[in-house]
Amino acid sequence: MIEFIDVSKTYATTSVPTILDLSLTVADKEFFVLIGPSGCGKTTTLNMLNRLVEPSSGTIRIRGQDITAEDPALLRRHIGYVFQEAGLFPHMTVAENIGVTPRLLGWSAAEIAARVEDLLALVRLDSDSFHNRLPRALSGGQRQRVALARALAARPNIMLLDEPFGALDPITRDEVSDDYRRIHDELGLTTVMVTHDMTEALLLADRIAVMRAGTLAQVATPAALVTHPADEFVGRMIASPMRRAERLAAALANG
Amino acid sequence: MDSNFQEALALLPDYLSQHVLLSVAAIVLGTAISLPLAVVAAQRPRLRGPLLGVTSVVQTIPGLALLALFYPLLLALSVFTRHAFGWGVPALGFLPAVLALTLYSMLPVLRNTVTALLEIDPAITMAAKGVGMTERQSLFLVELPLAAPVIVAGIRTATVWVVGTATLSTPVGQTSLGNYIFTGLQIENWVLVLFGCVAAALLALVLDQLLALVASGLAVRSRTRLALAGGGLLIVIGASLIPSVIASGGQPNLVIGAKNFDEQYVLADLIADRLDHAGFRATTRSDLGSNIAFHALAGKSIDMYVDYSGTLWANEMHRHDMPGRQAMLDQLRVWLAREHHIALYGALGFENAYVFAMRADRAKALHIESLADLAASAGSLNIGGDFEIFSRPEWRAVVKAYGLAFAVQRQYQPDFLYRAAADGDVDVISAFSSDGRIALYNLKILSDPKSALPPYDAVLLVGPRYADDPAVRRSLTPLIGNISLELMQKANFMVDRPADKRSPSDVAVWLDRQLVH
Repeated sequence: MIEFIDVSKTYATTSVPTILDLSLTVADKEFFVLIGPSGCGKTTTLNMLNRLVEPSSGTIRIRGQDITAEDPALLRRHIGYVFQEAGLFPHMTVAENIGVTPRLLGWSAAEIAARVEDLLALVRLDSDSFHNRLPRALSGGQRQRVALARALAARPNIMLLDEPFGALDPITRDEVSDDYRRIHDELGLTTVMVTHDMTEALLLADRIAVMRAGTLAQVATPAALVTHPADEFVGRMIASPMRRAERLAAALANG
Repeated sequence: MDSNFQEALALLPDYLSQHVLLSVAAIVLGTAISLPLAVVAAQRPRLRGPLLGVTSVVQTIPGLALLALFYPLLLALSVFTRHAFGWGVPALGFLPAVLALTLYSMLPVLRNTVTALLEIDPAITMAAKGVGMTERQSLFLVELPLAAPVIVAGIRTATVWVVGTATLSTPVGQTSLGNYIFTGLQIENWVLVLFGCVAAALLALVLDQLLALVASGLAVRSRTRLALAGGGLLIVIGASLIPSVIASGGQPNLVIGAKNFDEQYVLADLIADRLDHAGFRATTRSDLGSNIAFHALAGKSIDMYVDYSGTLWANEMHRHDMPGRQAMLDQLRVWLAREHHIALYGALGFENAYVFAMRADRAKALHIESLADLAASAGSLNIGGDFEIFSRPEWRAVVKAYGLAFAVQRQYQPDFLYRAAADGDVDVISAFSSDGRIALYNLKILSDPKSALPPYDAVLLVGPRYADDPAVRRSLTPLIGNISLELMQKANFMVDRPADKRSPSDVAVWLDRQLVH
């Protein structure tokens, strides 16, 4: 279980708080999505979970333990993180990128090699053709699959995803996000994902937190969000994908 | 094959070996200092500006000046450490050269490393944190590997600079490929100069290309290229160091110093030859600055050289009185032994003094034999001098003693000075008494009845290590009092003359033969 308790964050460069008195609980094995317009504080919230950003006040607990009790580097080795633009190391091969966290944890070379093979299979990349490639020789979708494999390498229970599928073309985006949802269920992960795409959020999430200017507008299941939006702001965010879905259905019926 | 070329080739193993040793030491040291500094500077903007500023300023100092500056610096340090701890640091030779070149090599490595580290995409360093790296792991596993090609490019630039600038370390007493250039310039042997330039350029080119291979190996992650480049570097450096290793393994290795003119080269070769025959292993170190040679002897960087009594009297003893020729030698001998444990073996038999000379026929026509005779007609005569004579105390002393006032006063490069007198452009010139061109152009040296000019007897000085060695004394005694002015002039002329030039080592053999008979 992940808990945010009265967490605020004000960056040194601004006087306006980015996050204000945020309290939030994510259950084990839940697929939790943070959504909101640019600058609402969703990525800051995500980054505070593995201490890439430190809160100005409040407490964050994972499995009941305050995360400030642990060394940040050690904490991060047990939490998978997938970056917006994949963030692969350009001088390392696919296999080296995937094996980097196990290497930091001191696994043996044989253990790492076996784990890399398993993960390439899990994210559906052919080992023979991808194992020794450098990131610059990969497509956007392949890069994101490698980034997923790297985040999963040290068998974390918690995965943090920062707009992981945003830069992909629509077909690839569907493939990779479906694959990830499958992996989430198979491995029993707890996932916190940031996105600004409401359709993606509605299709993937168990629960959605809608954020506005550093506070929570509503936290609910996709169904509850659609049927009972808490206010006009949430309503407008829901309206767009719903209207497009209705128009699409109507077009297909008439066709 | 041309004999000049053969001679140059014979010197190559020693010169190249010392040049490589010096350059590689400076580059390795410079890189070892620059890399950590650059890492710190990349993280601290406030340190970055001043650090890059200082290294840029160092870069604007001309190479020769930077090398020369380390000499007084180390000399002062040496005096301090001798007082404080009882031992001195060498102010000449390898140490000042390697320190100056190290400073010189730092800017490109520092600037490239800082730039490369700052240009790494922040998303990459964020990812390094995200996967659980500490700052140190991020630096060594991600940032430095990504910066490596640019860092190696900086090392390449530094290498080319250092290998080139190392040729300037000859005047501070460090043998290098620059010895070809400095000696060649002095004796107007262009084959030697060209040989030195080409050798230094080739060395720079080879090292640069091997480092380029390292850079490309890093860029495409090719182990083969890295191994090839590493092997190449090891072979080039290893092979060129062999002569140094062999040399250091031999028996007593005597070093004969020489200042930067022909007579000194000939005498150093003559002394080295004689010692070799006596079973020593002697090498020469030429092109030392005048003062540098003396301090090198006192500091045991060299073991012997020939200096001139008047020079030692004024520059080392700081005396300006004129006690007379023999008294000066006696006092020098006592002072050198007491202050520096240097033995003055004796005067070789000739002077290389500042003198004044005229074309012989013109002197006869004007009835001029001495400087005193000159006074009457000086008002209608022109005088030519080298670049320093008119600002030296010798000139003031002569003017004062004889009341000389010339119509016109001109300055010439030494090579042209003697010809100017021969051609009648000037009537009187300042000259060096042992210069062979005095005889060539039939010039007459004017006598100095009032002894206004100090004596410049050539004297053989032997440093502390061999001052009391009987074998050294035995093999060099035949030189004392046996080299007449006429003989030395002839020898110098063989090196100097425009046509049919002989190398200093050939002339040394010739001169030795004249002594035996």
